[in-house]
Amino acid sequence: MTASADIAHQEHSNSFLTKYVWSQDHKVIAIQYGVTAIMVGVVALVLSALMRLQLGFPDQFSFINPASYLQFVTMHGMIMVVYLLTALLLGGFGNYLIPLMLGARDMVFPYLNMLSYWTYLLSVLVLMASFFVPGGPTGAGWTLYPPQAILPGTPGSEMGILMMLVSLGIFIVAFTMGGLNYVCTVLQARARGMTLMRMPLTIWGIFVATIMGLLAFPALLVSAIMMFLDSVAGTSFFMPAIMSLGEQLDHGGGSPILFQHLFWFFGHPEVYIVALPAFGMVSDVLATHARKNIFGYRMMVWAIVIIGGLSFVVWAHHMYVSGMNPYFGFFFATTTLIIAVPTALKVYNWILTLWRGNIHLTVPMLFAIGFIFTFVHGGLSGLFLGNVVIDLPLSDTYFVVGHFHMVMGVSPIMVLFAAIYHWFPKITGRMLHTGMGKFHFWATFVGTYLVFLPMHYLGFLGVPRRYFAMGGTDFIPASAQSLNASITVSALVIAVVQLVFIYNVIWSLRHGKAAGHNPWQATTLEWQTPDTPPKHGNWGPSEPVVYRWAYDYSVPGARDDFIPQNVPDSEVVVTDKLAFAKAGT
Amino acid sequence: MNIWQKLTDKPWLAQPEGMDPALLQSPEPYWPERIALRFFLVTASVVFSLFVMTLLGRSQLPDFHALAGEPWLPLSEPRQLWWNSAILLLSSISMHLGLVFARRSRLHQAMLATACSLLLMLLFLLAQYLVWQQLAFAGFGFTSNPASNYFYLLTAVHGVHLLGGIVAACWVLWYFWQQQAASHIISKLSLSVTYSHFMLVVWLLLFALLTSPASTIDTLAALCGFSGGRYD
Amino acid sequence: MAITLIILLLIAGSVIFHFTSVWWFTPLASHWSAIDTTINITIWITGVVFIAVNLFLAYAIYRYRYKAGARADYQPENKKLEGWLLLVTSIGIAAMLAPGLYVWGQFVSPPADATVVEAVGQQWHWRFRLPGADGQLGKADVRASSELNPLGLDPNDPAGMDDLIIDSHELVLELNKPVKVLLRSNDVLHNFAVPQFRVKMDLVPGTVSYVWFIPTVVGQFDILCEELCGIGHFAMRGRVLVKESDDYQQWLAQQQSYRQYQARLAGDPEFGKAHYQVCASCHGAQGEGNQALHAPALAGQSGWYLKRQLRAYQQGLRGNAEGDVFGAQMIAMAQLVRDEQAINHLLAYIGSFNPNLVQAEPGNLHNGQRLYRNCSYCHGRNGEGIFAMNAPMLHSLEPWYLTRQLDYFKRQIRGNHPQDFYGAQMSLMAQSLHSEQDIADVVAYINSLQPKAGLTQGDSNDSER
Repeated sequence: MTASADIAHQEHSNSFLTKYVWSQDHKVIAIQYGVTAIMVGVVALVLSALMRLQLGFPDQFSFINPASYLQFVTMHGMIMVVYLLTALLLGGFGNYLIPLMLGARDMVFPYLNMLSYWTYLLSVLVLMASFFVPGGPTGAGWTLYPPQAILPGTPGSEMGILMMLVSLGIFIVAFTMGGLNYVCTVLQARARGMTLMRMPLTIWGIFVATIMGLLAFPALLVSAIMMFLDSVAGTSFFMPAIMSLGEQLDHGGGSPILFQHLFWFFGHPEVYIVALPAFGMVSDVLATHARKNIFGYRMMVWAIVIIGGLSFVVWAHHMYVSGMNPYFGFFFATTTLIIAVPTALKVYNWILTLWRGNIHLTVPMLFAIGFIFTFVHGGLSGLFLGNVVIDLPLSDTYFVVGHFHMVMGVSPIMVLFAAIYHWFPKITGRMLHTGMGKFHFWATFVGTYLVFLPMHYLGFLGVPRRYFAMGGTDFIPASAQSLNASITVSALVIAVVQLVFIYNVIWSLRHGKAAGHNPWQATTLEWQTPDTPPKHGNWGPSEPVVYRWAYDYSVPGARDDFIPQNVPDSEVVVTDKLAFAKAGT
Repeated sequence: MNIWQKLTDKPWLAQPEGMDPALLQSPEPYWPERIALRFFLVTASVVFSLFVMTLLGRSQLPDFHALAGEPWLPLSEPRQLWWNSAILLLSSISMHLGLVFARRSRLHQAMLATACSLLLMLLFLLAQYLVWQQLAFAGFGFTSNPASNYFYLLTAVHGVHLLGGIVAACWVLWYFWQQQAASHIISKLSLSVTYSHFMLVVWLLLFALLTSPASTIDTLAALCGFSGGRYD
Repeated sequence: MAITLIILLLIAGSVIFHFTSVWWFTPLASHWSAIDTTINITIWITGVVFIAVNLFLAYAIYRYRYKAGARADYQPENKKLEGWLLLVTSIGIAAMLAPGLYVWGQFVSPPADATVVEAVGQQWHWRFRLPGADGQLGKADVRASSELNPLGLDPNDPAGMDDLIIDSHELVLELNKPVKVLLRSNDVLHNFAVPQFRVKMDLVPGTVSYVWFIPTVVGQFDILCEELCGIGHFAMRGRVLVKESDDYQQWLAQQQSYRQYQARLAGDPEFGKAHYQVCASCHGAQGEGNQALHAPALAGQSGWYLKRQLRAYQQGLRGNAEGDVFGAQMIAMAQLVRDEQAINHLLAYIGSFNPNLVQAEPGNLHNGQRLYRNCSYCHGRNGEGIFAMNAPMLHSLEPWYLTRQLDYFKRQIRGNHPQDFYGAQMSLMAQSLHSEQDIADVVAYINSLQPKAGLTQGDSNDSER
């Protein structure tokens, strides 16, 4: 393969700059992506704490007013969904794991990969810069609905919204560069013997999510361009004839709902762009630490593909009460509830993977189990909102906030933590501290549940979301405020606990227990590298050859309870030949 | 093995020593650039289709008036646009010829044809710009009505994508200039050809759409499920 | 085994929380019990699944926890089991979807005999319109909207002439009569939601959407905007009153039609001068105000605002609260001009005053400017007041008056009457001024905005643009 020649060529130039800054090594780029995403995620975490302060203890904090509150809401949402989760799952873990798990030496386009990261960084910088422009960042809600997003009366309608749109545009360029790379690497750079169905589910998740991203992000780009023109050039793509703060505007004829269709044509697949890599990674963590093959591997692959496909025909379930043609509700409610079937199957299979396993309750395993619990909860509350008529009372209330935080906030973040604890030894050569890790897990798992379970009930009550303050609303009892205060306390505790995690990472970099090549005794290829952390080029002199699927755990008849993918049958230490032969049929 | 068989494979089955089909079959040809291009074309198609979808949706709102169909409308007799299409068509043909020449190892002619194609693409952009000016002069400026919004927007987006094609063509010319291996040049050139054909097709579709009279646009909109923006 | 225990605790905790939660649906006040039924079906199905799946998870973790020497099973797949699970899941999904779609079918087809009501949203207010005797709403367009025609009715459409204009946040509906609420927005997206009715729908500028329901309980219910519509989103409140038929008819008879609304006679300043003599003793001969008597300046204030305040005093919406000593004085005075025409004359006379130049108090203008940003959306960039936002002129009000009113709003001495929607809204907004210093700064900034002396009143008080 030509890639190896390129690598050999690059090995010579390893000054600090080329090795760690302008690096084309997928592992370095992955870490760059990861660190940037986590840093911007910390910003979003602080923003959420500020929101919670206002909601829990209204009017106690002079720096929070109705405008800044909306700005916190908006930036928190957008950063978390796009700049943290998408970037960390695909740019971070995608970059790190695709070549290693597939037995490749690097991405097929290392230079493009590097460019992707620096473009992503630029988009983050533009976004952060919007905090400092006159009027501050946009406060239009992360959905950026026009007309209000670009009209006075919404914070940041002067500069903030434009910077947001530009930043998203840059992000999409970065994602496209990265995404083409991931897809081509999966399709072209797999090791010899790595058939599609021998790929670990992590790769399947990332692969399908990337293809979805390539199809869905254009919708965001299109809507961003058109809204930008509406704001700057005075066009009327999304702007009907309206007034603004008592003044008649020149716009006319456009349709705000058109924007919503475009936005959610991106926005809904985006949920699965975040979820599918998480589904994949958690499958591998569960199988490894339960010492058992993933149950129903083929169904799991098909479910990923089917969910990916279906997610493109459910978008308008975000718009049941948007004023669109109400007859659309029948179609979208049906498709939405259908998508629950393959998703439920995945949950069953995760739990059936644990059944009759030999479960090691390591920190990554705890997070993976935590994921199953929160995901079941979030998935089930989704059945409320997806069913069009139940969405009538619950839409735009705290039920929605509780639901989507449970299903695409807490759940993917549980997986991200599982993944960090699981792969940290490979990335750095050292284990994370288990005690701190367990503390981190317990506080995060229980804490987030205490935050988001009560929110569902505020939603049942009818408390609307995105409200700076409740004011005199007859139907909301005073006790709702106590509940809000308790949610805020839990949220603040969780936020502080994350410092323990960050300390753990920093501490373990130096003082962590040496990990060895394969501390979890896993089968997948990334654990079979000659060096830990893997060197540039990953595989030393010879690339791996794959002889089996990714889940040969506890194969009857074999001595060890795992057989790495690159071990041929002839090298397996077999204690019971008959059982071993039978297992393969 | 077709994709269906690949995806229904039971990967846990033991493969007899030396008989593993996964190791026996020859690997697929390694040409990631082509796969990347294909995926990119899909992405670009989605961009254009979504723009067109919004146009069709927008066309059903009362203030949308197509730019063609009546004698006084500027695109009813789009002679200039026919010329522009011819230029882009020639550019595409020229680049294709370049590829044919290159495959027959006539690299010099291939380079000339590619350069010619490059110039034609630039000429096309210039000519499109002239159309913009004529339209604006005729009172159909960028913001004057939704249909002309879309005319400028779609042609601009197409132009930006075409600029990408121009950069790619420059790259290929650079390879010619460097006298790189013919096989290398051919592989890059063929990608460039695919891209310019794609841009030609996109242009022709846009051309047809943008110069359609209101009735055609309404029919298309109805086919896509847009039926009037208002209901009550 | 802590994880098993915690999962069990979380399941138990969730179930207990569910059954003991005081935070639950508000009592239903419309005929949409079918929606509640659908929700209950879904709660039961998902609740059972939640408990069953997680119990199984907890058991699996406990039963198959790591034991030295134990070995996991090897079972790549079990098609039969997966098939069954798929089937059972699909049945459960269908059991939730089918009633949902059935009820949605009812929601999308309002009965033909439903009373039509229009709710118009505008940042951050509600107005309503009812058809007159012809049972038809006339055409309307935001472009026609003005101070005399806030809903933008088409003046050339005869069907609209008898439409009832309800320039208030309060809509009255008749008990047990199906009503179809047409939703229209003059500016951005809003949402019409009444939790007790279980229905909500966005208002989308440029199009008309609807909800329908039959109110089944007499009482008053909050209308909330539940689609983010800018910084005043949380303060955009309205109210539905559901009344018995007789009370409803009585209310209906009091409403003004569009024709009447338009025909309001312009006042004559000459007549107004006589009425003003009483006011002059406190507010000054030229409406310049008098701090010693706690009377604010009237000169330069827009007529629609003064009228609303007079009415508020008369109806006890303002000045009745404990602590509002000076407001209480005004209640008595306001009774002296009750007649609509007299008020119009009076306002015409007050409108002829030139706004006086107010002596600004010192304050941190920089901080004031920062704070005023949120005020400016309604009160105008220069504090000139905007009719469409229901926000009065501020810049020529005396600092002592502004300070006192902000303080009253903040302490809910003003704006606490259930009918005083505009005051309540201001009260919500005033909460974000956190200290006396903030109030002083913002007041100083507001006064710095007043037009310099020499400008005529018409230039400085231009609310119709």
